[in-house]
Amino acid sequence: MIPVSGEARARLDADAAKIIGRYPRSRSALLPLLHLVQAEEGFVSDDGIAFCAGHLGLTEAEVSAVVSFYTMYKRAPAGEYHVGVCTNTLCAVMGGDQILAGLREHLGTAGDEPTPDGKVSLEHVECNAACDYAPVVMVNWEFFDDMTPDTARELIDGLRAGKDIAPSRGAPRLVTWKQAARILAGFPDGQATGGHTAGHATLAGLRIAREHGWVPDDAGATVPSPAAGEGGAG
Amino acid sequence: MTSVLVPTLTARWDEPDSFTLAGYRRSGGYQALPKALGMDPDAVIQMVKDSGLRGRGGAGFPTGVKWGFIPQGDGKPHYLVVNADESEPGTCKDIPLMLATPQALVEGAIIASYAIRANQAFIYVRGEVLHVLRRVHHAVTEAYEAGYLGENILGSGFNLEVTVHSGAGAYECGEETAMLDSLEGRRGQPRLKPPFPAIAGLYACPTVVNNVESIASVPYIVQHGAEPFAALGTERSKGFGIFSLSGHVTMPGQYEAALGVTLRELLDLAGGVRAGHTLKFWTPGGSSTPLFTDEHIDVPLDFEAVGAAGSMLGTRALQIFDETTCVVRATLRWTEFYQHESCGKCTPCREGTYWMVRVLDRLERGQGTEEDLDKLLDICDNIGGRAFCAFGDGAIAPVVSSIKYFRDEFIEHFKGGGCPFDPAAATAWADGGQ
Repeated sequence: MIPVSGEARARLDADAAKIIGRYPRSRSALLPLLHLVQAEEGFVSDDGIAFCAGHLGLTEAEVSAVVSFYTMYKRAPAGEYHVGVCTNTLCAVMGGDQILAGLREHLGTAGDEPTPDGKVSLEHVECNAACDYAPVVMVNWEFFDDMTPDTARELIDGLRAGKDIAPSRGAPRLVTWKQAARILAGFPDGQATGGHTAGHATLAGLRIAREHGWVPDDAGATVPSPAAGEGGAG
Repeated sequence: MTSVLVPTLTARWDEPDSFTLAGYRRSGGYQALPKALGMDPDAVIQMVKDSGLRGRGGAGFPTGVKWGFIPQGDGKPHYLVVNADESEPGTCKDIPLMLATPQALVEGAIIASYAIRANQAFIYVRGEVLHVLRRVHHAVTEAYEAGYLGENILGSGFNLEVTVHSGAGAYECGEETAMLDSLEGRRGQPRLKPPFPAIAGLYACPTVVNNVESIASVPYIVQHGAEPFAALGTERSKGFGIFSLSGHVTMPGQYEAALGVTLRELLDLAGGVRAGHTLKFWTPGGSSTPLFTDEHIDVPLDFEAVGAAGSMLGTRALQIFDETTCVVRATLRWTEFYQHESCGKCTPCREGTYWMVRVLDRLERGQGTEEDLDKLLDICDNIGGRAFCAFGDGAIAPVVSSIKYFRDEFIEHFKGGGCPFDPAAATAWADGGQ
């Protein structure tokens, strides 16, 4: 699926050269190169492995060993929207187990393979560093916070119906699996200045501190007192 | 009344443009950088040493001391690697920090690089956080445009390139030497130490690996001097830190406080354990730190007091579980995580986590025996301290501590032939919540 010649190949080779140029030693470019392959193919094929090996002067076995170590690299196509339900202990206890079971039943897919329309694939993920919003669901690595079995099902149905869906904390617009992989390869999509900066839990302590008038005295330069009208809460 | 919370790193998180260079500068950002560049690099290291800042990624090693280990005049390139691979179960502070104030991280990284004489820094961000990656890339781009990065920064003659690097899904890469292997394009497996990264790190060159929150604390220290930071906290655990409350708590979230605050104080502010329920067990610093129970609610959350009480401060990831939670289920799930994430390099960890899952699964289904508990502790004995990195020690923490505090609950499972808990009662929506 990685072309051996032609315009698409030239574009990929140019991207690969840019990635390699970021590092003092070329092999450091392997992880972003594999993300680039996923941005093109949606997964890492044997051709994709050969592409990386060729650019870095590695054997295909050396590249394969790296691919198989990291969970974000898929050796088979993922859905256009890859859904990860956190079932590490805290999210599981808070309802992640019920969410995952509900989605499996709803989609009728046994493993991690995409739905027949290619829209959605589903897996359980480990802790995604959003425990204060548990239970958490990820779609193409954007946060969907405080989920329930019902809101998770609505989310999946919306994705399959092609609705415009925005994450709870993330970019204004959900990108596809391949587009997400391109950002992971180090080519951002221009959405950085949009979307969310902090959710309710992120600000819980700050709000309480403001209510109590707690600002560190010695940090006056960085933390004006709320009386100065710069509380920022709006 | 004494301030329980001291918002500093978190103070601007609610401003809509806090993540931009303009927003960061408006709140005093990039005032520390010219000050640092006007100092001797060794004086910057000394200032960070004097502040008492200890690593915020879990291990708590003094940051300035780590910087001081970098040999000078050795003719080799030096590197700074920012560990933004936040993955320890329960830990959720660096991700919101990078989403809201990535410039604090960039400014800290420039100062740290200057201090250790590095001209190349990497920010290794875990892959599974797309918008955070956008924000960090954006912050680095804005810093280049403003002349804070690149050649001859602010006319100082100091040069620095920063590369934002995305991980690909591997908990082990949060271990500093595994992170270096990963950044070299390999499987993320730990290295035998010594040599430590300060001597032979990235590309076998002197390297400092620091956590996001540690680096983001540096501009405050440089701007205000070591004293205000050192005035907060306890005798050997100085300064402020972000405490992350999650689970069965009324208002989960990020609470920035001086080290030494107690769970009781934090819970009082956070509305307590969710209504109608009581605290059963909690982690002080993520799943790799031994469990605490309600008897530890007044333990000062600093490195020494938490250690003396039998656990570790870790990443201040306070996962709160009430009486509806089955501790056997919780321990099994954490152990499944460690089995899944073990990098496979060391036999005790790779094989031990596999067998612990089998035994715990049998216990949770009510098919175990009391001998299984001894078997588990025996396996833990053979993992703890017998692996290249701290992963093995982390993997046994929930097992040993849950058997220590809740042995009767394990026994109840096999006496009753199954789990006595209803998982539905523990969910976020159990009592009509959400």
